[in-house]
Amino acid sequence: MKLTVNGTQREVDCEPDMPLLWALRDLLQLRGTKYGCGKGLCGACTVHLDGQARRSCQVTVADASGGAITTIEGLSADGQHPLQQAWREHNVPQCGYCQPGQIMAASALLAANPGASDDEIRSTMSGNLCRCGTYPRIHAAIKSAQYTNAAVEKAEDEA
Amino acid sequence: MNTLRKVSRRRFLQLTGFTAGGLVLGARVPGPGALAGVLDEATGSALNIFVSVRADGIVEIVAHRSEMGTGIRTGLPQIVADEMEADWQRVKVIQAQANPAYGSQNTDGSRSVRDFYLVMRQMGAAARTLLETAAADTWGVPAAQCRAREHVVHGPGGQTLGFGELAARAAKLPMPDTATLRMKAEADFRYVGQSLPIVDLDAMLAGEAVYGIDVQLPDMLYASIERSPWLQGKIESLESDAALAMAGVVDVVTLEAADGAPGFNPIEGVAVLAENNWSALRGRDALKLRWSASAHSEHSATQYLDGLAALVESGPGEVRRERGDVSAALERAEQMVRATYRTPYLAHASMEPPVATARVAAGSCEIWACTQTPQATRKAVAEALGLDVDAVVVHVTLLGGGFGRKSKPDFAVEAARLSSRAGRPVQVVWSREDDIRHDYFHACSAQHFQGALDAQGQVTAWLAREAAPPIGATFDPSVQMNSEGGLSQTFASVPFAVPNLRIESHPAPAHVRIGWLRSVYNIPYAFGVGSFVDELAHAAGRDPIAFWLDLLGEDRRLDFAGEGFNYSNYGRSLEDFPYDTARLAGVIRTLAERVPWKQSLPAGQGWGFSAANSFLSNMAVASKVEVRDGQLRVLEMHGVLDAGRVINPDRVHAQMEGGMIFGLSLALNGEITFERGEAQQSNFHDYPIARMQQVPPVIKTHIMPSAAPPSGVGEPPTPPVAPSVANAVFAASGQRIRELPLGKHLDV
Repeated sequence: MKLTVNGTQREVDCEPDMPLLWALRDLLQLRGTKYGCGKGLCGACTVHLDGQARRSCQVTVADASGGAITTIEGLSADGQHPLQQAWREHNVPQCGYCQPGQIMAASALLAANPGASDDEIRSTMSGNLCRCGTYPRIHAAIKSAQYTNAAVEKAEDEA
Repeated sequence: MNTLRKVSRRRFLQLTGFTAGGLVLGARVPGPGALAGVLDEATGSALNIFVSVRADGIVEIVAHRSEMGTGIRTGLPQIVADEMEADWQRVKVIQAQANPAYGSQNTDGSRSVRDFYLVMRQMGAAARTLLETAAADTWGVPAAQCRAREHVVHGPGGQTLGFGELAARAAKLPMPDTATLRMKAEADFRYVGQSLPIVDLDAMLAGEAVYGIDVQLPDMLYASIERSPWLQGKIESLESDAALAMAGVVDVVTLEAADGAPGFNPIEGVAVLAENNWSALRGRDALKLRWSASAHSEHSATQYLDGLAALVESGPGEVRRERGDVSAALERAEQMVRATYRTPYLAHASMEPPVATARVAAGSCEIWACTQTPQATRKAVAEALGLDVDAVVVHVTLLGGGFGRKSKPDFAVEAARLSSRAGRPVQVVWSREDDIRHDYFHACSAQHFQGALDAQGQVTAWLAREAAPPIGATFDPSVQMNSEGGLSQTFASVPFAVPNLRIESHPAPAHVRIGWLRSVYNIPYAFGVGSFVDELAHAAGRDPIAFWLDLLGEDRRLDFAGEGFNYSNYGRSLEDFPYDTARLAGVIRTLAERVPWKQSLPAGQGWGFSAANSFLSNMAVASKVEVRDGQLRVLEMHGVLDAGRVINPDRVHAQMEGGMIFGLSLALNGEITFERGEAQQSNFHDYPIARMQQVPPVIKTHIMPSAAPPSGVGEPPTPPVAPSVANAVFAASGQRIRELPLGKHLDV
């Protein structure tokens, strides 16, 4: 089966109903996408499929094969996506395990809704669990990225 | 009973590595020679067991404790770098393998900094001394005239040599005498007390950080294991043909468990070995299995807790601490208050489940694991395979959370046994369901309190009785009474200046594997104690914070002398780490100044307070809640911590935020129940952990400035949270909830 991951077409040899999570991790060695529950309950395995945040444990390889998949490894070329920068600014991670999923969920949210309100951020990000309790910093980092984005857009408008 | 307890305590310490203290230095700083193979990632000239320096100037510092989110892989090396005058930008942190030369590597008990602050300084000072001596020898000047500063040694005539240039020569010098090491003045600290970003930050944000589940070896198989649903069940029948016929499945292997104490031994199970995780999971679903009954296969958590509650209410237990005459004081009471509290079993549910990878080859074994306790892992694997410990190498990955679960190396033993059978590397991946159903569960408890108030509202008697299955039972099933170490966690160690006090225990035989979870018995006991103080305050018509301070009495150092209780003080002496009530009162007063505790609030809102001394630190928490139409919302949480000197303030704030959210999570939602011996929860839908929406938008943390020895940070923020929230619920609604989780009584 063919998968387009981070802009590259990859071949995987598996049953079509294998969850995308395991294909990414075990077959394509893309291990930034994490297993947390296998039931779509925790968000650790969040990736983008055609720009939408999806729980990769709930998407089969067959379903994903026609689309464009982005994983944390492909979010930015140099680790400098505005959200990665904001995560750095707020020292968000503790153990770090859930953070790729958090960043992928937040980046899909801001792509679709750059001005997401506090309540919208809390509502969307409540799909992603963090046992270390980094939620206040995740929220603050998303707000920071919004301000940065807004400032960049304003500067571009003025230019 | 006492003899039994002592024996099992010794065995417990031996098995768990829960001994006090860090690495004890002899007359000389330990040289690198004792560690052949341990510094295999280090490429520089080794100056001692923690430090090597490359010719290009990169200083390699060993992190010997496990990183599970506290920032310890940054915090300890940051102390070494400071003391040796290394430039942090040119430091590379290397994770130690399991090796007793490092002292305890059991990353548990909030004691990494407490036990190793001084050792890290000594290692840094020793490395600096060698570099300074090497420079002095090069220049032919006295070493006393050479001073290292920011990665360079400066001589008396203005000469300079970089650390990299000196490394090879320094490594040939004899190890310095520990007694003569010159330590930096604290005023000259460059990194200690600074919020350096964690060394793994960039890797974590790029998805490149390697956790236990991310290890991948050539030719490796993945294993998923179906385990006995109840403690000590055995495989009665197994049909594996359907599993073996599935694509990707390579083998089905039974893992028998011996009778006796659960210890760190795997639970009996059947493993499906496959080429990938999906095949292993599908193969496992196709197994047909029956399990034999055991002494625990009828365990019902509800009935068990009912029984414990009846026991603590029924009458006197074994006296564990006593002063004055409680019975007489209760009879004389102007007002008597009594209450019984219950707390449930809990599961750890770290985001990364237990995962271990093993490669067993002729007479040796290599393990890669997200373990909190590399040395116990090495020992357990060696015993399981019949190997000498020297034949087992344990590599420590990052841990996607630990919270005490990953102190138990049963999952590494599973991987080792399976690799031995398969003749290939094997990675055992616990599913979330495995993690929740087969945890080393946090003990449930029942606690009964009676308090006497006199006409002035002063407490004249404090009677507290508990029953909770002891952790010791996991290592010796005959243990039924909580240990002094367990009771030293808030219950028997209450610091209250009441004239009459009695603490009692009832036995509680264990029916599941009991383990330790972030802050351990402080969770149930701080809930009981913190709730009951609040009930007394209200009965006395007093402000709860003022009442707490009154109960603490005059500032003093507790010694528990003459009260029949051997306070454990978390394994440290009261001389080194006094239990000073002034510091507990200090965090309470500071918190009271920082929150609008007495503000008038709309109906349905209220503030609640609690405090606890745990892991040699003091923490006070105030929570503001709203209760409306049976719906509880936590609006604010404020915490003040006194943990002595802090190394990395930002990481301490992060632990406070996280520890308080952990406490909130268990207070709102945390409950594991058992019926017919089986855990009734299996994943995040029925064992919910706090989500962003449940966490208050306002969480404020404050660290008390202190130059006292570092005490503990990872766990102390958790215990006061549940009672503070329950007390706030009472203030907001008049509803006194004496049972966790609060979600059983209110929508959360």
